[in-house]
Amino acid sequence: MAFACIHIPDFLLQAVARGEPVSPCPLTGDALRGPRSYRGERALALLDGAPPLCRVVAANEVAIRAGIELGMAKAQAEQFRGVEIWRRSPEQEKNAHAALLDLAGSFSPHVEDTAPESILLDLAGLEPLFGGAEKIARGLAQGALDVCRLDARVAVASNPDTALHAARGLPGPTVIPEGEEAGQFGPLPIGVLGASAEALETLDRWGVRTCAALAALPVLDLSERLGAEGVRLHQWARGAVRRSLALTEPGLSFEEALELDYEVVELEPLAFLLSRLLEALCARLTARSLAASALHLRLKLALPASATCDIGGIPRRQPATPRDDDPSRVVKTLRLPVPLRNTKLLLNLLRLQLQGDPPGAPVRGIVLAAEPARPRVMQGGFFLPSGPDPETLELTLTRLAHLVGESRVGSPQLVDTHRPDVFRMRRFVTREQTPERASETAPMRRTGFRIFRPALPARVEMRAGRPERVFFQGLRGEVLAASGPWRTSGDWWTKNSWQQDEWDLEIHFAASTRGPRHGLYRFAYDELRDIWLVRGVFD
Amino acid sequence: MASINALRARVESSLAGRIAAPFAYRDRRVVDTVSSGIREIDQLAGGLPRGGLTEICGPPCSGRTSLLLSALAARTAQAEVCALVDGRDGFDPAAAEAAGVRLEQLLWVRCRDIEQSLRATDLLVRGGGFGLIAVDLADIDPKTVRGVTLNTWFRFRRAVEDTPAILLLLEQESNAKTCASLVLRLEAEAAEWLTSCRPQGRRYIKHDSADTVLLQHPEIELSWTWLLGGFGVRAEKLHARVQPAKEIVFAGGPPQTVDKPEICKIRIEWSEPDLPKTG
Repeated sequence: MAFACIHIPDFLLQAVARGEPVSPCPLTGDALRGPRSYRGERALALLDGAPPLCRVVAANEVAIRAGIELGMAKAQAEQFRGVEIWRRSPEQEKNAHAALLDLAGSFSPHVEDTAPESILLDLAGLEPLFGGAEKIARGLAQGALDVCRLDARVAVASNPDTALHAARGLPGPTVIPEGEEAGQFGPLPIGVLGASAEALETLDRWGVRTCAALAALPVLDLSERLGAEGVRLHQWARGAVRRSLALTEPGLSFEEALELDYEVVELEPLAFLLSRLLEALCARLTARSLAASALHLRLKLALPASATCDIGGIPRRQPATPRDDDPSRVVKTLRLPVPLRNTKLLLNLLRLQLQGDPPGAPVRGIVLAAEPARPRVMQGGFFLPSGPDPETLELTLTRLAHLVGESRVGSPQLVDTHRPDVFRMRRFVTREQTPERASETAPMRRTGFRIFRPALPARVEMRAGRPERVFFQGLRGEVLAASGPWRTSGDWWTKNSWQQDEWDLEIHFAASTRGPRHGLYRFAYDELRDIWLVRGVFD
Repeated sequence: MASINALRARVESSLAGRIAAPFAYRDRRVVDTVSSGIREIDQLAGGLPRGGLTEICGPPCSGRTSLLLSALAARTAQAEVCALVDGRDGFDPAAAEAAGVRLEQLLWVRCRDIEQSLRATDLLVRGGGFGLIAVDLADIDPKTVRGVTLNTWFRFRRAVEDTPAILLLLEQESNAKTCASLVLRLEAEAAEWLTSCRPQGRRYIKHDSADTVLLQHPEIELSWTWLLGGFGVRAEKLHARVQPAKEIVFAGGPPQTVDKPEICKIRIEWSEPDLPKTG
């Protein structure tokens, strides 16, 4: 039996560092934060609390060496030159922790959510899938870096608590074989055991500072001085605690957020930031074998949405869609016809949506959430014609909608009415269809009809109740043959009632007029409005 | 002309035995064709070529839309996804459904001008996966369509080459020139009118001879009604890369091959689906 622990050192700092792009900011040129920048040459301190009670809650080694102490006030911390002050972000911590849980869930179905910075996994039965303990430990560490953008320590041991403490104290992927816990733990400081401040102080007064020294103490005497905590610390120091994991059901919340120190006014830098968030989201979805059926984008604006500010160099054509309760936030939803997790495609779709409906103000914060769904599984047939790829089709449809308008792209669907030229446009979705069997009789060739939208106004001269001459669009024609009138009407019980007489006319146009010489047209006399219209032409 | 033929004969005879038919055009690729839905057109042109550009040109009322609807019906019946780039938003979904088009298999892009039409076509040919992409520029002024550069048609043709997509272009004049694999020109012929009679005061259509009705009901006052029965279309093949098979005729002697005609005539029928059947 083996257990692994993924531990994130300096979790508060790493959570904030995780949310930043790694490339230089296109606006300021500064080298921005990344997953390992917190351990670089820069001194970083993290503040928390509302002013004037802002305190330093975390700092990296460089900052501590420079003199920063935990609990220091903001004003004191700012006195140190070269120390960067960051703000703690509970939202980033939540997202980082969720990403860590997704990563753990992709390795093992039995996961314990021990602490915000630590996750325990049961590795039973995973060796045939992922290899030996060392390979699993390296895979977890690499996955934390690639998927979660967190620098993690991973330890594997025969019991969960040993793995947890080893991950806290030992660098790099560590494997502790069963029976060697005491040997590996010995040099580690007692602080890795998670003891209370009083117990640590007491043990320090006694000169007990390492796990080996604690393990050497008699347990009965220790229990008299420190109580149950002392016994527990003693067992942990020896690596002798056996317990089961308190299993955690992984949630289905996929959200990534970014708070910006600067305002984004152009579409390209905004797209760059969105791509980072999409990469993290898609990686988490992939780790859980899921895809996104919809994306919800919440933008925090620097100004109210009613401000006339252009973003992306494109003037606003439509007003932004503010939330009712907070006018400085804009919410956009991208519904997908099929679940997707292709980062590039999703970014293109979001970019097209923002081009069509810009936020209207500089952006200070981004929250991107995905609705999870099972990826679509398609089984093609040998004898069925292949259709458009769903992902490419979605992008094509979005681009077409951007070009001609969303209401002018789709599949037509007839409406059950006799009113002429009534239909609705449905969203185009490919469905599996069965080819028809080849008919032995030749199909009837129906006359094609082209509609004039809107119908053309016309003037008609009648004789003996029959059209004799017509005039429309600068054309003058003689009626050679006429079929009609065919009266249709409807909706008389509503305000939009209609009634018309239709005529199918064969027309010969005068030689002096430009255009066709001859044609078959459908005319309609609107009885309610007392006007003649040309509905269309037979072609 | 006689000197050219003599020269050709001399070159062929000198190359005989080494190169067979040196002046014959050989199409390296086997072009796959599919039915247009109209038998006469299939016999005339060999069907619509896949992976190529087909032009259907003609004046208004020449049957272009009828041919388009037949092609869409034929492709959607085979479960293929089709797209229609409608240059002037003149597509009638009701007529299409009556012609057999499966509307749920059709992506309709309703454009406002030729610029939008060309950009929409570019997006669709690059997206791929469609069995038929029809570009309807029939209602756009021919002068405007003439302004489209040959480079555009060539790019479209290249985009569908080596794919199973059929790119169908409807215009009033042929513009794609050598970029097109098939060019058909349609002309309207006489319309057909069915004369019927009806009893006064009732909408009753009888397709039988009017004399029969008079004999049966001499006391009923009749008025004459004309019903559009359809119209004829004359189709001419202007250019084709696909050579249709020669027809083999057996006439009591050895089989003889005859060339397929370059012109055919089609009758497009019209029947109003809402009318009551004759009683």
